[in-house]
Amino acid sequence: MQDWRPTATIENLRRRAQVFAELRAFFAARNVIEVDVPALSQRATSDPHIDSITATCGGNSAYLATSPEFGLKRLLAAGMGDCYYLGKAFRNGEAGSRHNPEFTMLEWYRVGWDDHQLMDEVAALLCGVLQLPAPDKLSYRALFQSELGVDPHSATVSELRQLARSHFEIEFESEAAADWLDLLMSHVLEPRLGTGVTLVYDFPASQAALAKVEPDALGVPVARRFEAYVGGVELANGYWELTDAAEQHRRFEADHAYRRANGLPAHPFEERLVEALALGDMPECAGVALGVERLLMQKLGAGKISEVLALPFERA
Amino acid sequence: MGSYSTNEFRSGMKVMLDGDPCSIVDNEFVKPGKGQAFNRVKLRNLKSGRVWERTFKSGESLEAADVMDRDMEYLYNDGEFFHFMEPDTFEQHQASAEVVSDAAKWLKEQDVCVVTLYNGAPLAVTPPNHVILEITDTDPGLKGDTAQGGTKPATLSTGAVIKVPLFLEIGETVKVDTRNGEYLGRAKD
Repeated sequence: MQDWRPTATIENLRRRAQVFAELRAFFAARNVIEVDVPALSQRATSDPHIDSITATCGGNSAYLATSPEFGLKRLLAAGMGDCYYLGKAFRNGEAGSRHNPEFTMLEWYRVGWDDHQLMDEVAALLCGVLQLPAPDKLSYRALFQSELGVDPHSATVSELRQLARSHFEIEFESEAAADWLDLLMSHVLEPRLGTGVTLVYDFPASQAALAKVEPDALGVPVARRFEAYVGGVELANGYWELTDAAEQHRRFEADHAYRRANGLPAHPFEERLVEALALGDMPECAGVALGVERLLMQKLGAGKISEVLALPFERA
Repeated sequence: MGSYSTNEFRSGMKVMLDGDPCSIVDNEFVKPGKGQAFNRVKLRNLKSGRVWERTFKSGESLEAADVMDRDMEYLYNDGEFFHFMEPDTFEQHQASAEVVSDAAKWLKEQDVCVVTLYNGAPLAVTPPNHVILEITDTDPGLKGDTAQGGTKPATLSTGAVIKVPLFLEIGETVKVDTRNGEYLGRAKD
């Protein structure tokens, strides 16, 4: 065993540095400012599907940031304007061929833009770095309808469950449509997306996270959230951002209720974000987070995240 | 026995699924952007040998299976059971023909095999990768034909039939790879 060695080749580490430089140049040319926000925080994410790593600081619990989102939004509410963060994020228990508990996230915000304008910029960045042709763009509904013949916004839990069970053997039960939609998306649909860039938008309202929920062309409330995929792998997740303090507070409370009901840790959530939305001058904006190692995997043709990271957690 | 969470699954770990002991072959973490995380797990059913692929919610757990691999000496076959002995404790175990299965044709007395125990009883037998066995039946050898190559079937003392070079004779001993039944060479005395 040579555990002292990096898992990525020196050549890949050089190319990693080039991609970082390319990303910074992309934003410099567009007058989007690089900012820094804390990696160690006194508040944790509320997202029930993301587990914060807990540290101890000054005798109190502290949390490694699972994303720079709350910090960046507080800067936006303080008048920062278009800005981005390129740095580390941490998620407990996420390890695998495409996951490392510590990874690099690129997150940026565009003031006055909506999700569709930001999707165009995400496509420009991805197509530029990866030298790919113009993206495919389709709604979550269109993807489910064309590939599985089902409308994800109106299908019953029972229909979705049977559809999932017709594709593979599943060892759990759930009465939440969102779980079955996630399963179909990640196991069936993502692998069918083409080799180029695909943008999927208008997610189910139940999967809004921190996106605005608005009626779509058919009058169905949908989350103004999008995901960008390359070669069937999810690279980025963006929102037309929620800016309503009361709604933000309600979603934090709903996440906490879910956490308590499911025996998940209920850490203190970031009330300062609610304050920023309520008391600051939060602009209408769109924001997106991109997994930089995923981008590097595509760029360098790597099958494992360890090929693009110097020292993954097993060797950290 | 305890239990293992999907986050702890590693290849080779033994768990119970649908009442059968299984060995984990592969565990892939799948996480959609903002939703439930899953683990796609490949498991080998240690009773049937079949590989299952199942999807779990991340963080769910399976009971650990009381399965362990032990090196044991093969003693003899009494016509119904195959008998094995643990070299350290001299403890003996008997395994049915069903459990020994295909391994039977490679078992030579006093060879050391891996016996997989489930709740203390043999579940499977793995012969050594390489065994040395005597040829008990084959067509007469063709002297001086070594350059031309070619093979013929030969029956070994354990009943296994393998392909050997034309020049080998009854009574000679050969080294065989039990994983694919390939002839490796004449055994040196």
